[in-house]
Amino acid sequence: MSDVMTRAIPAPAVTVETKPFFDAAAEGRFLIKRCTACGEAHWYPRAMCPYCHSDQTVWEESPGEGVIYTYSVMHRAPTGPYAIGYVTLNEGPAMMTNFVDVAPDGLKIGMKVKVKFQPTEGGPPVPVFAPA
Amino acid sequence: MSIKGKAYVMGAFEHPTRDAPDKTTAQLHTESAKGALADAGLSFDDVDAYFCAGDAPGFGAMSMVDYMGLKNVRHMDTTETGGSSYLVHLNHACQAIAAGKVNVALITLAGRPRHGGGRPGAPGGGGRPPVGLTDGAPEAGFENIYGGSTHNTYGMCAMRHMHDYGTTSEQLAWIKVAASNHAQWNEHAFLKDVVTVEQVVNSRMIADPLHLLDCCVVTDGGGAVIVTSPEVARSLNRPKVKVLGAAEAPKMPLGGRNLDLTYCGAVWSGPPAFAEAGVTPQDMKYASIYDSFTITVLMTLEDLGFCAKGEGGRFVSDGNLISGVGKLPFNTDGGGLCNNHPTNRGGITKIIETVRQLRGEAHPKVQVPNCDLALAHGTGGSLGVRHAAATVIMEREA
Repeated sequence: MSDVMTRAIPAPAVTVETKPFFDAAAEGRFLIKRCTACGEAHWYPRAMCPYCHSDQTVWEESPGEGVIYTYSVMHRAPTGPYAIGYVTLNEGPAMMTNFVDVAPDGLKIGMKVKVKFQPTEGGPPVPVFAPA
Repeated sequence: MSIKGKAYVMGAFEHPTRDAPDKTTAQLHTESAKGALADAGLSFDDVDAYFCAGDAPGFGAMSMVDYMGLKNVRHMDTTETGGSSYLVHLNHACQAIAAGKVNVALITLAGRPRHGGGRPGAPGGGGRPPVGLTDGAPEAGFENIYGGSTHNTYGMCAMRHMHDYGTTSEQLAWIKVAASNHAQWNEHAFLKDVVTVEQVVNSRMIADPLHLLDCCVVTDGGGAVIVTSPEVARSLNRPKVKVLGAAEAPKMPLGGRNLDLTYCGAVWSGPPAFAEAGVTPQDMKYASIYDSFTITVLMTLEDLGFCAKGEGGRFVSDGNLISGVGKLPFNTDGGGLCNNHPTNRGGITKIIETVRQLRGEAHPKVQVPNCDLALAHGTGGSLGVRHAAATVIMEREA
Protein backbone atom coordinates (compact mmCIF):
# COMPACT_ATOMS: atom_id res chain seq x y z
CA MET A 1 0.00 0.00 0.00
CA SER A 2 1.46 3.32 -1.02
CA ASP A 3 1.54 6.40 1.17
CA VAL A 4 -1.64 8.33 1.85
CA MET A 5 -2.26 11.43 -0.22
CA THR A 6 -1.96 14.98 1.06
CA ARG A 7 -2.13 18.24 -0.81
CA ALA A 8 -1.37 21.84 0.17
CA ILE A 9 -4.53 23.86 -0.50
CA PRO A 10 -4.53 27.58 -1.30
CA ALA A 11 -6.79 30.01 0.52
CA PRO A 12 -10.36 29.95 -0.80
CA ALA A 13 -12.05 33.05 -2.21
CA VAL A 14 -14.61 34.11 0.42
CA THR A 15 -17.58 36.28 -0.55
CA VAL A 16 -20.26 38.07 1.44
CA GLU A 17 -22.56 35.16 0.53
CA THR A 18 -20.21 32.47 1.75
CA LYS A 19 -18.51 34.03 4.79
CA PRO A 20 -20.78 32.14 7.26
CA PHE A 21 -19.66 28.85 5.69
CA PHE A 22 -15.98 29.60 6.17
CA ASP A 23 -16.53 31.10 9.66
CA ALA A 24 -18.18 27.80 10.65
CA ALA A 25 -15.41 25.84 8.95
CA ALA A 26 -12.91 27.63 11.20
CA GLU A 27 -14.87 26.12 14.12
CA GLY A 28 -14.89 22.66 12.53
CA ARG A 29 -18.56 22.78 11.56
CA PHE A 30 -19.72 21.82 8.04
CA LEU A 31 -22.64 23.90 6.76
CA ILE A 32 -24.79 23.41 3.69
CA LYS A 33 -27.56 25.62 2.35
CA ARG A 34 -31.18 24.46 2.28
CA CYS A 35 -34.18 26.28 0.83
CA THR A 36 -37.12 26.51 3.22
CA ALA A 37 -39.53 27.19 0.33
CA CYS A 38 -38.90 24.01 -1.71
CA GLY A 39 -37.01 21.98 0.90
CA GLU A 40 -34.02 21.21 -1.36
CA ALA A 41 -30.41 21.36 -0.25
CA HIS A 42 -27.91 22.68 -2.81
CA TRP A 43 -24.15 23.05 -3.32
CA TYR A 44 -22.18 25.36 -3.60
CA PRO A 45 -24.02 27.64 -1.15
CA ARG A 46 -26.00 30.53 -2.63
CA ALA A 47 -28.28 33.25 -1.22
CA MET A 48 -30.98 32.29 -3.73
CA CYS A 49 -32.13 28.70 -4.26
CA PRO A 50 -30.99 27.47 -7.70
CA TYR A 51 -34.07 25.21 -7.89
CA CYS A 52 -37.07 27.40 -6.97
CA HIS A 53 -35.34 30.81 -6.85
CA SER A 54 -36.66 31.64 -3.41
CA ASP A 55 -34.40 33.77 -1.22
CA GLN A 56 -35.53 31.80 1.84
CA THR A 57 -32.36 29.74 2.10
CA VAL A 58 -30.86 28.86 5.48
CA TRP A 59 -27.57 27.42 6.71
CA GLU A 60 -27.87 23.90 8.07
CA GLU A 61 -25.20 21.98 9.94
CA SER A 62 -24.40 18.69 8.22
CA PRO A 63 -22.48 15.66 9.49
CA GLY A 64 -20.69 15.80 6.14
CA GLU A 65 -21.26 12.17 5.21
CA GLY A 66 -21.71 10.76 1.74
CA VAL A 67 -20.33 8.49 -0.96
CA ILE A 68 -17.78 9.03 -3.73
CA TYR A 69 -19.57 9.77 -7.03
CA THR A 70 -16.32 9.85 -9.01
CA TYR A 71 -12.65 10.75 -8.62
CA SER A 72 -9.36 11.10 -10.48
CA VAL A 73 -5.85 10.85 -9.07
CA MET A 74 -3.53 13.45 -10.61
CA HIS A 75 -0.14 11.80 -11.11
CA ARG A 76 1.83 14.67 -12.60
CA ALA A 77 1.75 17.08 -9.65
CA PRO A 78 5.22 18.21 -8.47
CA THR A 79 4.34 17.57 -4.81
CA GLY A 80 3.02 14.04 -5.36
CA PRO A 81 -0.28 12.53 -6.41
CA TYR A 82 -3.57 13.97 -5.19
CA ALA A 83 -7.20 13.04 -5.71
CA ILE A 84 -9.99 15.31 -6.87
CA GLY A 85 -13.55 14.05 -6.93
CA TYR A 86 -17.20 14.56 -6.17
CA VAL A 87 -18.97 13.38 -3.02
CA THR A 88 -22.73 12.87 -3.08
CA LEU A 89 -23.75 14.11 0.35
CA ASN A 90 -26.47 12.22 2.22
CA GLU A 91 -28.54 15.40 1.98
CA GLY A 92 -28.54 15.04 -1.83
CA PRO A 93 -26.16 17.46 -3.55
CA ALA A 94 -22.81 16.45 -4.99
CA MET A 95 -19.76 18.60 -4.20
CA MET A 96 -16.22 18.82 -5.55
CA THR A 97 -13.46 18.04 -3.07
CA ASN A 98 -10.07 16.42 -2.43
CA PHE A 99 -9.71 12.99 -0.84
CA VAL A 100 -7.14 12.62 1.95
CA ASP A 101 -5.87 9.96 4.37
CA VAL A 102 -6.08 7.37 1.61
CA ALA A 103 -3.59 5.87 -0.82
CA PRO A 104 -3.82 6.70 -4.53
CA ASP A 105 -5.04 3.15 -5.21
CA GLY A 106 -7.41 3.11 -2.23
CA LEU A 107 -10.37 5.02 -3.68
CA LYS A 108 -13.52 3.47 -5.13
CA ILE A 109 -16.74 4.88 -6.55
CA GLY A 110 -19.44 4.33 -3.94
CA MET A 111 -16.99 4.38 -1.00
CA LYS A 112 -18.39 6.00 2.17
CA VAL A 113 -16.52 9.15 3.15
CA LYS A 114 -16.74 11.82 5.84
CA VAL A 115 -15.76 15.46 5.88
CA LYS A 116 -12.76 16.88 7.68
CA PHE A 117 -11.29 20.33 7.52
CA GLN A 118 -7.87 21.10 6.16
CA PRO A 119 -5.97 24.32 6.89
CA THR A 120 -5.16 26.49 3.86
CA GLU A 121 -2.31 28.80 3.05
CA GLY A 122 -3.37 32.04 4.73
CA GLY A 123 -7.13 31.49 4.61
CA PRO A 124 -9.89 29.62 6.43
CA PRO A 125 -9.91 25.80 6.43
CA VAL A 126 -11.80 24.01 3.65
CA PRO A 127 -13.71 20.71 3.49
CA VAL A 128 -11.91 17.59 2.30
CA PHE A 129 -13.06 13.99 2.68
CA ALA A 130 -11.53 10.82 4.11
CA PRO A 131 -12.77 7.23 4.16
CA ALA A 132 -15.53 6.91 6.79
CA MET B 1 -36.93 31.62 -37.99
CA SER B 2 -34.60 28.90 -39.21
CA ILE B 3 -31.04 29.48 -40.43
CA LYS B 4 -31.32 26.51 -42.79
CA GLY B 5 -29.79 27.44 -46.13
CA LYS B 6 -29.52 31.13 -45.15
CA ALA B 7 -25.73 31.26 -44.78
CA TYR B 8 -22.60 29.62 -46.22
CA VAL B 9 -19.10 28.94 -44.92
CA MET B 10 -17.05 30.32 -47.83
CA GLY B 11 -13.62 30.76 -46.30
CA ALA B 12 -11.54 28.66 -43.92
CA PHE B 13 -7.90 28.88 -42.95
CA GLU B 14 -5.80 27.03 -40.39
CA HIS B 15 -2.62 28.84 -39.47
CA PRO B 16 0.32 26.52 -40.32
CA THR B 17 2.36 27.39 -37.23
CA ARG B 18 2.40 25.18 -34.14
CA ASP B 19 5.10 27.16 -32.34
CA ALA B 20 5.20 30.96 -32.53
CA PRO B 21 7.94 32.53 -30.40
CA ASP B 22 8.23 35.64 -32.61
CA LYS B 23 4.63 36.62 -33.24
CA THR B 24 1.95 38.31 -31.14
CA THR B 25 -1.50 36.85 -30.54
CA ALA B 26 -3.08 39.78 -32.40
CA GLN B 27 -0.78 39.06 -35.33
CA LEU B 28 -1.83 35.38 -35.42
CA HIS B 29 -5.52 36.40 -35.38
CA THR B 30 -4.90 38.74 -38.28
CA GLU B 31 -2.81 36.33 -40.34
CA SER B 32 -5.58 33.76 -39.85
CA ALA B 33 -8.21 36.29 -40.95
CA LYS B 34 -6.18 37.18 -44.02
CA GLY B 35 -5.85 33.51 -44.94
CA ALA B 36 -9.58 32.84 -44.60
CA LEU B 37 -10.52 35.95 -46.58
CA ALA B 38 -8.06 35.00 -49.34
CA ASP B 39 -9.51 31.48 -49.36
CA ALA B 40 -13.00 32.95 -49.87
CA GLY B 41 -11.89 35.56 -52.39
CA LEU B 42 -12.88 38.47 -50.16
CA SER B 43 -11.05 41.39 -48.54
CA PHE B 44 -10.94 42.93 -45.08
CA ASP B 45 -13.20 45.71 -46.39
CA ASP B 46 -15.93 43.16 -47.18
CA VAL B 47 -16.23 42.11 -43.52
CA ASP B 48 -19.27 43.61 -41.80
CA ALA B 49 -19.47 41.27 -38.79
CA TYR B 50 -16.67 40.16 -36.48
CA PHE B 51 -16.64 37.35 -33.92
CA CYS B 52 -13.96 36.45 -31.36
CA ALA B 53 -13.77 34.92 -27.88
CA GLY B 54 -11.60 35.16 -24.78
CA ASP B 55 -8.38 34.30 -26.64
CA ALA B 56 -8.51 37.70 -28.38
CA PRO B 57 -6.15 40.13 -26.63
CA GLY B 58 -7.02 43.39 -24.93
CA PHE B 59 -10.55 44.64 -25.38
CA GLY B 60 -11.59 41.63 -27.46
CA ALA B 61 -13.52 42.57 -30.59
CA MET B 62 -12.78 46.26 -30.16
CA SER B 63 -9.00 45.77 -29.95
CA MET B 64 -9.05 43.33 -32.85
CA VAL B 65 -11.35 45.34 -35.17
CA ASP B 66 -8.96 48.27 -34.67
CA TYR B 67 -5.73 46.24 -35.05
CA MET B 68 -6.97 44.43 -38.16
CA GLY B 69 -8.26 47.61 -39.75
CA LEU B 70 -11.84 46.40 -40.21
CA LYS B 71 -13.58 49.59 -41.38
CA ASN B 72 -17.07 48.31 -42.13
CA VAL B 73 -18.08 46.24 -39.10
CA ARG B 74 -21.72 46.66 -38.02
CA HIS B 75 -22.07 43.56 -35.82
CA MET B 76 -19.77 42.24 -33.07
CA ASP B 77 -20.08 39.13 -30.88
CA THR B 78 -17.57 38.10 -28.23
CA THR B 79 -19.48 35.14 -26.80
CA GLU B 80 -17.05 33.19 -24.61
CA THR B 81 -17.67 29.48 -24.07
CA GLY B 82 -14.05 28.30 -24.19
CA GLY B 83 -13.16 25.93 -26.99
CA SER B 84 -16.70 25.73 -28.38
CA SER B 85 -16.92 29.53 -28.81
CA TYR B 86 -16.21 29.43 -32.56
CA LEU B 87 -19.02 26.98 -33.28
CA VAL B 88 -21.34 29.17 -31.21
CA HIS B 89 -20.06 32.11 -33.27
CA LEU B 90 -20.84 30.23 -36.48
CA ASN B 91 -24.40 29.70 -35.26
CA HIS B 92 -24.72 33.38 -34.28
CA ALA B 93 -23.21 34.54 -37.58
CA CYS B 94 -25.81 32.50 -39.46
CA GLN B 95 -28.55 34.08 -37.34
CA ALA B 96 -27.31 37.61 -38.03
CA ILE B 97 -27.04 36.88 -41.76
CA ALA B 98 -30.47 35.19 -41.86
CA ALA B 99 -31.95 38.26 -40.16
CA GLY B 100 -30.54 40.39 -42.97
CA LYS B 101 -28.28 42.41 -40.66
CA VAL B 102 -24.94 41.52 -42.27
CA ASN B 103 -23.44 39.72 -45.28
CA VAL B 104 -19.84 38.74 -44.46
CA ALA B 105 -18.88 37.47 -41.01
CA LEU B 106 -15.31 36.83 -39.88
CA ILE B 107 -14.56 34.48 -36.94
CA THR B 108 -11.00 34.26 -35.60
CA LEU B 109 -9.09 32.30 -32.95
CA ALA B 110 -5.39 32.46 -32.04
CA GLY B 111 -3.00 32.13 -29.13
CA ARG B 112 0.50 31.17 -27.95
CA PRO B 113 0.26 28.84 -24.93
CA ARG B 114 3.77 27.51 -25.64
CA HIS B 115 5.12 31.00 -25.04
CA GLY B 116 3.11 32.26 -22.09
CA GLY B 117 0.35 33.63 -24.26
CA GLY B 118 -2.36 31.18 -23.30
CA ARG B 119 -5.19 31.66 -20.88
CA PRO B 120 -5.51 29.34 -17.92
CA GLY B 121 -7.79 26.33 -18.37
CA ALA B 122 -11.40 26.92 -17.49
CA PRO B 123 -11.77 25.05 -14.21
CA GLY B 124 -8.21 25.41 -12.96
CA GLY B 125 -6.42 28.33 -11.43
CA GLY B 126 -4.72 28.16 -8.10
CA GLY B 127 -6.96 30.59 -6.27
CA ARG B 128 -5.25 33.84 -5.36
CA PRO B 129 -4.99 34.65 -1.65
CA PRO B 130 -7.99 36.81 -0.88
CA VAL B 131 -7.51 39.98 1.09
CA GLY B 132 -10.77 40.13 2.98
CA LEU B 133 -13.80 39.29 0.87
CA THR B 134 -13.79 38.84 -2.89
CA ASP B 135 -16.51 39.12 -5.51
CA GLY B 136 -15.30 36.88 -8.32
CA ALA B 137 -16.69 33.69 -9.81
CA PRO B 138 -19.32 32.47 -7.33
CA GLU B 139 -18.06 28.88 -7.39
CA ALA B 140 -14.38 29.79 -6.91
CA GLY B 141 -14.19 29.27 -3.14
CA PHE B 142 -15.64 25.78 -3.49
CA GLU B 143 -13.85 24.55 -6.61
CA ASN B 144 -10.65 26.37 -7.53
CA ILE B 145 -8.95 25.25 -4.31
CA TYR B 146 -9.03 21.54 -5.18
CA GLY B 147 -6.44 21.44 -7.94
CA GLY B 148 -8.86 20.87 -10.79
CA SER B 149 -7.30 20.89 -14.25
CA THR B 150 -8.69 19.83 -17.58
CA HIS B 151 -6.90 16.47 -17.16
CA ASN B 152 -8.37 15.41 -13.85
CA THR B 153 -11.84 16.89 -14.36
CA TYR B 154 -12.17 14.97 -17.66
CA GLY B 155 -10.58 12.05 -15.82
CA MET B 156 -13.52 12.10 -13.41
CA CYS B 157 -15.92 11.76 -16.36
CA ALA B 158 -13.98 8.83 -17.78
CA MET B 159 -13.83 7.15 -14.36
CA ARG B 160 -17.60 7.32 -13.92
CA HIS B 161 -18.31 6.33 -17.55
CA MET B 162 -16.17 3.22 -17.04
CA HIS B 163 -18.03 2.47 -13.80
CA ASP B 164 -21.51 2.87 -15.29
CA TYR B 165 -20.97 1.41 -18.76
CA GLY B 166 -17.88 -0.79 -18.61
CA THR B 167 -15.92 1.45 -20.97
CA THR B 168 -12.23 0.48 -21.07
CA SER B 169 -8.91 2.29 -21.56
CA GLU B 170 -8.36 0.16 -24.68
CA GLN B 171 -11.61 1.46 -26.18
CA LEU B 172 -10.64 5.07 -25.44
CA ALA B 173 -7.24 4.38 -26.99
CA TRP B 174 -8.89 3.56 -30.34
CA ILE B 175 -9.90 7.23 -30.61
CA LYS B 176 -6.26 8.32 -30.41
CA VAL B 177 -5.24 5.54 -32.79
CA ALA B 178 -7.77 6.80 -35.37
CA ALA B 179 -6.60 10.43 -34.98
CA SER B 180 -2.96 9.38 -35.39
CA ASN B 181 -3.77 7.40 -38.53
CA HIS B 182 -5.14 10.63 -40.03
CA ALA B 183 -2.36 12.90 -38.71
CA GLN B 184 0.36 10.94 -40.53
CA TRP B 185 -0.82 12.56 -43.78
CA ASN B 186 -0.96 16.13 -42.41
CA GLU B 187 2.37 17.87 -43.01
CA HIS B 188 1.54 20.47 -40.34
CA ALA B 189 0.43 18.01 -37.63
CA PHE B 190 2.18 18.44 -34.28
CA LEU B 191 2.32 14.65 -33.82
CA LYS B 192 2.62 12.63 -37.05
CA ASP B 193 3.47 9.17 -35.72
CA VAL B 194 0.85 6.45 -35.94
CA VAL B 195 0.29 4.91 -32.50
CA THR B 196 -1.20 1.62 -31.36
CA VAL B 197 -3.74 0.81 -28.65
CA GLU B 198 -0.88 -0.70 -26.64
CA GLN B 199 1.18 2.49 -26.90
CA VAL B 200 -1.74 4.59 -25.66
CA VAL B 201 -2.60 2.41 -22.65
CA ASN B 202 1.08 2.03 -21.76
CA SER B 203 1.81 5.76 -21.92
CA ARG B 204 2.36 7.61 -18.64
CA MET B 205 -0.72 7.97 -16.42
CA ILE B 206 -1.63 11.66 -16.11
CA ALA B 207 -4.98 11.71 -14.28
CA ASP B 208 -6.77 8.40 -13.68
CA PRO B 209 -7.86 6.86 -15.97
CA LEU B 210 -6.45 9.15 -18.67
CA HIS B 211 -2.94 8.47 -20.00
CA LEU B 212 -0.62 10.93 -21.73
CA LEU B 213 -1.83 9.79 -25.14
CA ASP B 214 -5.47 10.29 -24.14
CA CYS B 215 -4.72 14.03 -24.00
CA CYS B 216 -4.68 16.59 -26.81
CA VAL B 217 -1.57 18.49 -27.88
CA VAL B 218 -0.66 21.99 -26.68
CA THR B 219 0.07 24.21 -29.69
CA ASP B 220 0.42 27.84 -30.67
CA GLY B 221 -1.51 28.91 -33.73
CA GLY B 222 -4.91 29.95 -34.92
CA GLY B 223 -7.56 29.79 -37.57
CA ALA B 224 -10.39 31.73 -39.12
CA VAL B 225 -13.67 31.16 -40.92
CA ILE B 226 -15.74 33.34 -43.25
CA VAL B 227 -19.55 33.06 -43.26
CA THR B 228 -21.58 34.82 -45.95
CA SER B 229 -25.10 35.42 -47.21
CA PRO B 230 -26.34 33.32 -50.18
CA GLU B 231 -25.93 36.37 -52.47
CA VAL B 232 -22.26 36.80 -51.55
CA ALA B 233 -21.70 33.03 -51.74
CA ARG B 234 -23.02 32.95 -55.32
CA SER B 235 -20.58 35.71 -56.31
CA LEU B 236 -17.54 33.72 -55.12
CA ASN B 237 -15.58 31.14 -57.05
CA ARG B 238 -15.39 28.54 -54.25
CA PRO B 239 -17.35 25.35 -53.43
CA LYS B 240 -20.39 26.34 -51.40
CA VAL B 241 -20.71 24.88 -47.90
CA LYS B 242 -24.25 25.53 -46.74
CA VAL B 243 -25.18 25.60 -43.05
CA LEU B 244 -28.27 23.45 -42.50
CA GLY B 245 -28.69 23.59 -38.75
CA ALA B 246 -26.99 24.72 -35.55
CA ALA B 247 -27.64 24.71 -31.84
CA GLU B 248 -25.83 25.30 -28.56
CA ALA B 249 -26.40 24.36 -24.92
CA PRO B 250 -24.67 24.76 -21.56
CA LYS B 251 -24.45 21.93 -19.03
CA MET B 252 -23.77 22.82 -15.41
CA PRO B 253 -23.84 21.16 -11.97
CA LEU B 254 -26.86 23.40 -11.13
CA GLY B 255 -26.81 23.01 -7.38
CA GLY B 256 -25.32 19.53 -7.36
CA ARG B 257 -28.57 17.51 -7.42
CA ASN B 258 -28.51 14.43 -9.70
CA LEU B 259 -24.97 15.14 -10.86
CA ASP B 260 -24.25 12.95 -13.89
CA LEU B 261 -20.86 13.37 -15.54
CA THR B 262 -21.41 10.56 -18.07
CA TYR B 263 -23.24 12.75 -20.58
CA CYS B 264 -22.55 16.17 -22.06
CA GLY B 265 -24.38 19.17 -23.52
CA ALA B 266 -24.54 17.44 -26.90
CA VAL B 267 -27.76 15.81 -25.67
CA TRP B 268 -29.31 19.27 -26.03
CA SER B 269 -27.30 20.83 -28.86
CA GLY B 270 -27.56 17.79 -31.15
CA PRO B 271 -31.32 17.15 -31.55
CA PRO B 272 -32.34 20.73 -32.48
CA ALA B 273 -29.42 21.01 -34.92
CA PHE B 274 -30.40 17.73 -36.62
CA ALA B 275 -34.09 18.76 -36.61
CA GLU B 276 -33.35 22.14 -38.17
CA ALA B 277 -31.22 20.45 -40.83
CA GLY B 278 -33.83 17.71 -41.40
CA VAL B 279 -31.20 14.95 -41.18
CA THR B 280 -30.11 12.28 -38.71
CA PRO B 281 -26.72 11.31 -37.23
CA GLN B 282 -26.70 8.24 -39.45
CA ASP B 283 -26.82 10.50 -42.55
CA MET B 284 -23.44 12.08 -41.70
CA LYS B 285 -20.56 11.19 -44.03
CA TYR B 286 -17.97 12.84 -41.77
CA ALA B 287 -17.81 14.32 -38.26
CA SER B 288 -15.42 16.77 -36.61
CA ILE B 289 -15.79 15.92 -32.91
CA TYR B 290 -14.12 18.01 -30.20
CA ASP B 291 -11.22 15.97 -28.87
CA SER B 292 -9.58 17.64 -25.90
CA PHE B 293 -9.33 14.09 -24.53
CA THR B 294 -10.37 10.70 -25.86
CA ILE B 295 -13.30 10.59 -23.42
CA THR B 296 -14.64 13.85 -24.89
CA VAL B 297 -15.10 12.12 -28.25
CA LEU B 298 -16.66 8.99 -26.80
CA MET B 299 -19.28 10.84 -24.73
CA THR B 300 -20.07 13.27 -27.57
CA LEU B 301 -20.64 10.48 -30.12
CA GLU B 302 -23.09 8.80 -27.74
CA ASP B 303 -24.88 12.03 -26.89
CA LEU B 304 -25.22 13.15 -30.51
CA GLY B 305 -26.90 9.80 -31.27
CA PHE B 306 -24.22 8.08 -33.38
CA CYS B 307 -24.70 5.10 -31.05
CA ALA B 308 -26.75 4.22 -27.98
CA LYS B 309 -25.72 5.64 -24.58
CA GLY B 310 -23.02 3.46 -23.10
CA GLU B 311 -22.14 1.89 -26.46
CA GLY B 312 -19.47 4.46 -27.30
CA GLY B 313 -16.60 2.17 -26.37
CA ARG B 314 -17.73 -0.51 -28.81
CA PHE B 315 -18.57 2.11 -31.46
CA VAL B 316 -15.07 3.64 -31.57
CA SER B 317 -13.20 0.32 -31.47
CA ASP B 318 -11.50 -1.53 -34.30
CA GLY B 319 -10.88 1.56 -36.42
CA ASN B 320 -14.51 2.62 -36.82
CA LEU B 321 -13.42 6.30 -36.81
CA ILE B 322 -10.62 5.85 -39.39
CA SER B 323 -11.29 7.25 -42.86
CA GLY B 324 -11.46 4.46 -45.41
CA VAL B 325 -11.75 1.81 -42.69
CA GLY B 326 -14.69 2.58 -40.41
CA LYS B 327 -18.26 3.79 -40.68
CA LEU B 328 -17.72 7.28 -39.24
CA PRO B 329 -14.54 9.04 -40.39
CA PHE B 330 -13.71 11.69 -37.78
CA ASN B 331 -11.10 14.45 -37.35
CA THR B 332 -9.27 13.61 -40.56
CA ASP B 333 -6.73 16.39 -39.95
CA GLY B 334 -5.54 14.48 -36.88
CA GLY B 335 -7.72 16.58 -34.57
CA GLY B 336 -6.67 18.11 -31.29
CA LEU B 337 -5.25 14.75 -30.22
CA CYS B 338 -2.50 14.86 -32.90
CA ASN B 339 -2.67 17.83 -35.24
CA ASN B 340 -3.48 21.11 -33.53
CA HIS B 341 -5.28 22.53 -30.49
CA PRO B 342 -4.38 26.21 -30.83
CA THR B 343 -4.39 28.11 -27.54
CA ASN B 344 -6.08 25.11 -25.88
CA ARG B 345 -9.23 25.67 -27.94
CA GLY B 346 -10.18 23.22 -30.67
CA GLY B 347 -13.37 24.78 -31.99
CA ILE B 348 -12.20 26.53 -35.13
CA THR B 349 -10.16 23.60 -36.42
CA LYS B 350 -13.32 21.48 -36.14
CA ILE B 351 -15.08 23.80 -38.59
CA ILE B 352 -12.06 24.03 -40.89
CA GLU B 353 -11.62 20.28 -41.44
CA THR B 354 -15.38 19.89 -41.98
CA VAL B 355 -15.18 22.54 -44.70
CA ARG B 356 -12.17 20.78 -46.28
CA GLN B 357 -14.08 17.49 -46.37
CA LEU B 358 -17.23 19.03 -47.87
CA ARG B 359 -15.16 20.83 -50.54
CA GLY B 360 -13.24 17.65 -51.33
CA GLU B 361 -10.03 19.43 -50.28
CA ALA B 362 -8.95 17.15 -47.43
CA HIS B 363 -5.74 15.15 -47.91
CA PRO B 364 -6.41 12.44 -50.57
CA LYS B 365 -5.46 9.73 -48.08
CA VAL B 366 -8.26 10.80 -45.71
CA GLN B 367 -10.80 12.45 -48.03
CA VAL B 368 -14.22 10.82 -47.62
CA PRO B 369 -15.65 9.93 -51.07
CA ASN B 370 -18.67 12.04 -52.04
CA CYS B 371 -18.67 13.84 -48.69
CA ASP B 372 -21.79 15.98 -49.02
CA LEU B 373 -23.11 16.07 -45.45
CA ALA B 374 -21.06 16.57 -42.28
CA LEU B 375 -21.11 17.77 -38.72
CA ALA B 376 -18.82 19.83 -36.49
CA HIS B 377 -19.19 19.72 -32.72
CA GLY B 378 -17.47 21.75 -30.01
CA THR B 379 -17.10 21.47 -26.26
CA GLY B 380 -15.90 24.43 -24.19
CA GLY B 381 -15.04 24.46 -20.49
CA SER B 382 -14.83 21.08 -18.75
CA LEU B 383 -17.18 18.12 -19.12
CA GLY B 384 -16.34 17.40 -15.47
CA VAL B 385 -17.50 20.76 -14.12
CA ARG B 386 -19.36 23.19 -16.43
CA HIS B 387 -19.24 23.45 -20.18
CA ALA B 388 -21.06 24.59 -23.31
CA ALA B 389 -21.70 22.40 -26.36
CA ALA B 390 -22.30 23.56 -29.92
CA THR B 391 -23.31 21.50 -32.97
CA VAL B 392 -23.32 22.69 -36.60
CA ILE B 393 -24.48 20.63 -39.59
CA MET B 394 -23.22 21.57 -43.05
CA GLU B 395 -23.85 20.40 -46.61
CA ARG B 396 -21.98 20.76 -49.88
CA GLU B 397 -24.23 22.53 -52.36
CA ALA B 398 -24.04 20.88 -55.75
